[in-house]
Amino acid sequence: MHIAIIGNGITGTTCARFVRKFSNYKITLISGETDHFFSRTALMYIYMGHLGYKETKPYEDWFWAKNKINLKRAWVQHIDFDKKVLQFDKGEDLQYDKLVIACGSKPNKFGWKGQDLNGVQGLYAYQDLELLEKNTSKKINRAVIVGGGLIGIELAEMLHSRHIPVTFLVREPNYWSNVLPEGEAKMINRHIREHKFDLRLGVNLEEIIDDGTGHVKAVKIKETGEIINCELVGLTAGVSPNVAWLKETDLATNRGILVNLYQETNQKDVYAGGDCAEFSTPVAGRRSIEQVWYTGKMQGKVIAENICGRKTKYNPGHWFNSAKFLDIEYQTYGVVLPNLPNNQSRFYWEHESGKKCVDIVYETESRKFIGINTFGIRMKHEAFDGFLREERSIEYVLENLRAAAFDPEFYQQHEQEILDEFNKQTASNLQLKAKYGLRGFLSLFGKG
Amino acid sequence: MSKREHSLSISNPHPPQLNMQQKLSLTVTSIGLLLLLVAFLGIFSPETNFKPLLLPCLLSLSIGTLWYTYASYKNLPEGIKNNGNFFGSLTNRGVLGWVSGIIITGFYVLLYWYPQYLGLGKDGAANTGLVQMFDGLSMLLNGKAASQWFVYGTLYTVIILILGVKFLVKYKHNKYQQIRTLSVMFFQTAFAFLIPEFLEKMNTSGAGYFAKDMKNMWPLNYYFFEDWHLNNMLNGGSLGMFMLVLGILMILVISPTLTYFYGKRWYCSWVCGCGGLAETAGDSFRHLSDKSLRAWKIERILIYSILGFILLVTAMLLYTFFTGNSQVLFLNTYDLKKWYGFFIGAAFSGVIGVGFYPILGSRVWCRFGCPMAAILGLQQRFFSRFRITTNGAQCISCGNCSTYCEMGIDVRAYAQKGQDIVRASCVGCGVCSAVCPRGVLKLENGPVESRKIFDISEDGGIKINQ
Repeated sequence: MHIAIIGNGITGTTCARFVRKFSNYKITLISGETDHFFSRTALMYIYMGHLGYKETKPYEDWFWAKNKINLKRAWVQHIDFDKKVLQFDKGEDLQYDKLVIACGSKPNKFGWKGQDLNGVQGLYAYQDLELLEKNTSKKINRAVIVGGGLIGIELAEMLHSRHIPVTFLVREPNYWSNVLPEGEAKMINRHIREHKFDLRLGVNLEEIIDDGTGHVKAVKIKETGEIINCELVGLTAGVSPNVAWLKETDLATNRGILVNLYQETNQKDVYAGGDCAEFSTPVAGRRSIEQVWYTGKMQGKVIAENICGRKTKYNPGHWFNSAKFLDIEYQTYGVVLPNLPNNQSRFYWEHESGKKCVDIVYETESRKFIGINTFGIRMKHEAFDGFLREERSIEYVLENLRAAAFDPEFYQQHEQEILDEFNKQTASNLQLKAKYGLRGFLSLFGKG
Repeated sequence: MSKREHSLSISNPHPPQLNMQQKLSLTVTSIGLLLLLVAFLGIFSPETNFKPLLLPCLLSLSIGTLWYTYASYKNLPEGIKNNGNFFGSLTNRGVLGWVSGIIITGFYVLLYWYPQYLGLGKDGAANTGLVQMFDGLSMLLNGKAASQWFVYGTLYTVIILILGVKFLVKYKHNKYQQIRTLSVMFFQTAFAFLIPEFLEKMNTSGAGYFAKDMKNMWPLNYYFFEDWHLNNMLNGGSLGMFMLVLGILMILVISPTLTYFYGKRWYCSWVCGCGGLAETAGDSFRHLSDKSLRAWKIERILIYSILGFILLVTAMLLYTFFTGNSQVLFLNTYDLKKWYGFFIGAAFSGVIGVGFYPILGSRVWCRFGCPMAAILGLQQRFFSRFRITTNGAQCISCGNCSTYCEMGIDVRAYAQKGQDIVRASCVGCGVCSAVCPRGVLKLENGPVESRKIFDISEDGGIKINQ
């Protein structure tokens, strides 16, 4: 049995590791991007000089041979699903028995005039990082970033680390406010400006202007007509599944490669997962395309299980995620929408520093806890997953907040302050529960 | 050393953009360094009095560096400050890294084996040069002319203090780092430097020398059980007896107890002088430690061999002390302790341990050599409550934790599997937790419900057992 995996990102690599763990099948892990798996999320740290490329590789280079995972450096040009053959860009073929497509995303381009000029780029693949190095190897007086999401702020931070002035165009009224509620979004607005980025809210890109040699010279803003001179434009308005190269085949696609909850496509023995996959019927409460690290990891594992005959459904549990906006860490557990449905309410607490906040959403009638955003405070995944699974009330969550704290030792603790604020707002009298309880306290004196 | 893929950059990605204050402060620091050099060259001019240079020298070193720190960080919001570490000449084994590595290494060679070149007067002759510059301060503190060790101790302390402040400013957002750093600064200044000097001065009874740094316990202090040292403590009056009893209590009671509750970090990154220097002066080099599985293998072979060596030496010393017999089969107590002192005490802990900071990272001695760290590490691994817990499935495998682990632990290998990190070598500096962009890591010593210990097998590579 030969398993071919297209894409050595987190999904493809996780799949390969687990197929190896479960079986002795022959595995070929194919990538045109890099020889070895690296952490895409760390691309920014390479550019900023926090890490080298080597440091972003979670496994040492000997790992693959040791675990009998064959690596193939090539771009797949064409797939013949009937004959089960892959065709590479250099003309070779590869026969497979089962195929996994985990080919990731592409940065969105919305048909802006000038979007293909030199000096205009997205940030997703290793090649984008190389291009960014090339684009910033000469003097950049200003860079313009289009799109106020996670990659946009990363790119802004990267350029800032090289002393390149950044103008940040955000379509929404506040940073990432299609995802973040107003309190949080405004906090990040302030933090972005604290870092001296030129943040423009509520503006759209009209066009990117050519300097006459095919290179970007400036951008024009739709709302104001303002022209901003720049030598670099970062297009970071989200990513879409990388499926254009598969459109001519019999593989069923919509925005992404269509899969069921077993990660199976409409082609026999062909699976898809990670950024490029789209669930025809998504898991209740989750999106049809999930483009985050851990879902790629989970889907890669599900594919491996199904390939190896352990029929397994994708079941990611409750939503969670995290990110870091410049210096402010963000974690989310459950669902916190920017605009709440009628039956939900919000409790918002912000620290006097203006750099920490907690936003908790609950059902107004039943008091059921729905989700939390925390900024500048670390919280424990297990604790909140428990609160969600056990359908706890907001009161229970707040009273037990100490057990969910995950900030380093000696950090200022905010649980009491948060609870006081809630008591004030709702005229209630909740009391914080001790972190460990009596059993835990006693066990301080013994070994667990 | 492993092959490093160099920066992708075509241009210099980190152009020097020194502001006026940075330039001026560097000038002040340079004057301090120049004065050190002038005093060093003073061995060629024995008549010259260099003592007046000490104050201006130490002042310009301190003021210049602190000013530079202020000028570098004052306009930056609080947060992780690792920009450009993999581009910098000093911090990425460039020209500055190699040159400073060679200079520090050379200084240690002179210090241990050729102190006369530092100006130490031989056989009671007056000091010259660098050592002479410190005579005045030495007189003040302990009533004697300076030795090369006094010069070393003073510079060591000054460096921990100055670069400790730099670390405090760099990590001003992180309480754990702040308190820990204040602790190493305090223990170095008070316990390693001032108290021993004062005790030396008060000790007018003429009793022989014995170590008075209360925190410097065996086997880091490898001569604790040597016959001369035991005799000097026994003849050293109540202070000598106190040091002897305390030294033994530290080994048998105090340190195992503290390690049980807090892990070896209570010593290695809160108290120890070697750790103190690594955490302050060595902070710019922490990412240079080798994270490979091969390095981990070498680490375990070396550190436990050295532990075995010092256990053997100590057993022989005690045997000799109580029986007067210094020969067991082909082993001679005095030869053995001489070899240990030369290879481990001087060459490894000093010359390689500190001299190679800019090449191998800041904790080479602590990781590969220190027998104290080996003992505490075994305690930590097998019966401590300390562990680093990971936060569910939030890890994105970015590699910041592993990269900035000065002990070369591949923290990510555990974090991405959601496992607790329980490793003998972890000194609990907490930087992995600080640099994690997703809030995944937490140093803990609370009640142990499930202190999950996982092994990463050597020959199978990293076992996939998620």
